[in-house]
Amino acid sequence: MRFNAKVQVWLREGIADPEGHTISEAISALGFSGISGVRMGKIISLELDADTQASAEQKVDQIATSLLSNPVLEDVKIEIVKA
Amino acid sequence: MKSVGIVVFPGSNCEFDVAAVLESNGVKTSFLWHGQSSLDDVSGVVLPGGFAHGDYLRPGAIARFSPVMAAVGEFAKRGGPILGICNGFQVLTEAGLLPGALQKNSGLRFLCKEVEVEVETSDSVATSTSNAGEILRLPINHFEGNYTCDIRTLADIEDNDQIVLRYLDNPNGSMNSIAGVCSEKRNVVGMMPHPERACDSLTGLTDGLKIIQSFIANI
Repeated sequence: MRFNAKVQVWLREGIADPEGHTISEAISALGFSGISGVRMGKIISLELDADTQASAEQKVDQIATSLLSNPVLEDVKIEIVKA
Repeated sequence: MKSVGIVVFPGSNCEFDVAAVLESNGVKTSFLWHGQSSLDDVSGVVLPGGFAHGDYLRPGAIARFSPVMAAVGEFAKRGGPILGICNGFQVLTEAGLLPGALQKNSGLRFLCKEVEVEVETSDSVATSTSNAGEILRLPINHFEGNYTCDIRTLADIEDNDQIVLRYLDNPNGSMNSIAGVCSEKRNVVGMMPHPERACDSLTGLTDGLKIIQSFIANI
């Protein structure tokens, strides 16, 4: 079966996010007020073949934690749907 | 004759500077292409600065899976001296050969300037001929030099005397002003400053020689 996967990579709670901070300041400079919680992450999308949803999840989880993110700094969120 | 292998990834750019400094200090050097799986019998390894694999994804993220890194890992395990400079430091943390990670500079600026660092320990392959407390003036040149790790790791590396260099005036937001660390066995050292660019009065600074000479003394 073919699956579409999306891997979101976010800086972990408590790790400084200088890009999110800078974007937040730029939003304020544009004149918007009351905006908070701006964070910067990455989305990596990929397609894969796997026999089951569970094995697709396992594969993507391996890829996400060994290469796509650095567990010292980052967390991942994975979404997988049948293509 | 002692020989040092300098690992070259696609996108490395400080390998010739490292080679020139080592050769002028009496050490034979060879380049180790990232695709090779052996280290050719060298007695020390340097991972130079640059942008290995374009720094895509994160600096060092792809480089750590280059075939040569398995051999570098084995070499580290055997106690072989390894020095990672700037991007080389980032590669060593991604490979898990050094603790922590290098995050984007807190001010989001690419930093290219001279800084002062304090030698925190003489018990490492890059500082063994220096004294703790010695101040070195060295250039930095990076966007991702903000040393980060979890609180427990930070406490561990402080307690184990694994901080090798500390900035006097923290330029990039690094935790505890860390500019360089070593492995538990003290044979793997990573640092953001570029000692190889500070070894000739012709180009201004010479304090880098102290790092380079320590490393040579350990190969």
